[in-house]
Amino acid sequence: MTLLAVERIKLFSTRSPWWCMLLALGSTIGITAIIAANWDGAPMPVLGAVFSYTFGLFVIMVMAALAVTTEYRFGTIKSTFQAVPDRVSPMIAKAVVVMLLSGLVGLAAAFGSWGLSWVLADDNSDLALTTANDWRHVAGIGLVFAAGALLALGIGALVRHTAGAVSIILVFALVVENVVALIPNIGDDIQKWMPFTVVNKFIFGDPDPSAIPEGAGPPAIGELSPWGSFAYFAGIALAIYIISLVVVKRRDA
Amino acid sequence: MIEAVGLTKRYGKTVAVDNLSFTVEPGRVTGFLGPNGAGKSTTMRMILGLDRPSAGKVLIDGKSYGQLDRPLRTVGALLDAKWVHPNRSARAHLQWMAKSNGLPAKRVDEVLDLVGLTKVAKRRAGGFSLGMSQRLGIAGALLGDPKVLLFDEPVNGLDPEGILWIRQFMQGLAADGRTVLVSSHLLSEMAVTAQDLVVIGRGRLISQSSTTEFVERSTENTVRVRSPHADKLGAMLVDKGFTVREDEDGSLTVTGAASDEIGDIAAASGVVLHELSPQRGSLEQAFMQLTGDSVEYHAELAETGK
Repeated sequence: MTLLAVERIKLFSTRSPWWCMLLALGSTIGITAIIAANWDGAPMPVLGAVFSYTFGLFVIMVMAALAVTTEYRFGTIKSTFQAVPDRVSPMIAKAVVVMLLSGLVGLAAAFGSWGLSWVLADDNSDLALTTANDWRHVAGIGLVFAAGALLALGIGALVRHTAGAVSIILVFALVVENVVALIPNIGDDIQKWMPFTVVNKFIFGDPDPSAIPEGAGPPAIGELSPWGSFAYFAGIALAIYIISLVVVKRRDA
Repeated sequence: MIEAVGLTKRYGKTVAVDNLSFTVEPGRVTGFLGPNGAGKSTTMRMILGLDRPSAGKVLIDGKSYGQLDRPLRTVGALLDAKWVHPNRSARAHLQWMAKSNGLPAKRVDEVLDLVGLTKVAKRRAGGFSLGMSQRLGIAGALLGDPKVLLFDEPVNGLDPEGILWIRQFMQGLAADGRTVLVSSHLLSEMAVTAQDLVVIGRGRLISQSSTTEFVERSTENTVRVRSPHADKLGAMLVDKGFTVREDEDGSLTVTGAASDEIGDIAAASGVVLHELSPQRGSLEQAFMQLTGDSVEYHAELAETGK
């Protein structure tokens, strides 16, 4: 418990996490507001309200990566390991604090987007959260933010440099996952196992039939069920995080 | 007490620390001396469990660092004053450290007071001068009221007032019965700070002894001679087998002879002497001699004199 308090003090005694959280909320909700205000003709579906979640996800992943890389950048990781030489427990404490925070920001971004859509959309008759799938589309974003933060913490601890970690995350999620589809023959098969593509299905997959006309919704590709998709994404995040723990334990600080 | 036994650290083919064994006793300031790149910082990081030794071990009161429970209560260290998040306040920096080892929050205010940073405690540490950063680092080292303290080049870049403060501070800590290990590449600084010296070069132990002993053993005694007949006297001294160097101002520096002998030789041949003064070799020279072969990066020194 004391180590959780230590990581909480560290995180909140600098400004960048605050900026990242504000930016994550602002970008997600702001873009949703534009979408909602321009939604004409048909009732706005729940999926329309959460369509922009990836903007917040990437910002929160940058925040999580920074939580580790700034410790390396400024040498405080050495003070941390001096204070707690087993190294693993402070890293786990950091993961717990950052994931909790990211999950909360995810929920705030999701319900903020959904609430604002309710207010701004011309026709909000389809926006009510009536089924389990509706709840997953919105509340699931909290889980994705938390799992994404874990992945970013792992990458940050492995790479140790802010620029490197942030580039890997953004280039992979925004470029690599899209470009692989262009590889002849096997591209599509590879893409449908890419983590950010898969986790999209957790948020967007299996909408209730009334909400979206067939084939008109956001892309939800992959072989797994929505919850299976989340387990896949979270599993990859956990695996990379555990590898980072092993490396941090063995490496010279 | 710190005990290093056969401590070795290799980076690929480079050996940074080579089979180093030494002990650091409580109640004294022990200087850890060596040229830049000798392996002092690497050794200190291994003492703190930050770097893993390739071979050998280092124990603190019989335990390795990793075995210490809440280690800030046993060992305090200042390895680099810049190991602080620049946007975090001095107090917040100390708060998380205190929290991590179960130290009361009021201890933070105590150490801030001890190093004289109370007034700037809420300011961001990135705006601190080097001297203030060093004080913050020392405050961090003292948080757990530890018995063992490590300082890596604490006076580097400080003004004379700061140097004096740190020197007296370390001596005070040793006088309390604590074990104090302080590294430096300046023998002159260590000569006035440390009672014991562990001297290393290229990762190897060169000597471990008391400072006085080290200085006496390693300084070269010379005699400075000024004479209107310097050439004649110089030639005679060389004939006797002494080493004579002529300095730029025309005076001679004689190695290997006592001043009495030189005076006798001068009198016997009627040479007038204007000065005959025994010189203690400088500490820096002694240090250079001892570690000269073990400096990793040699700069070409221009030859002076003959």
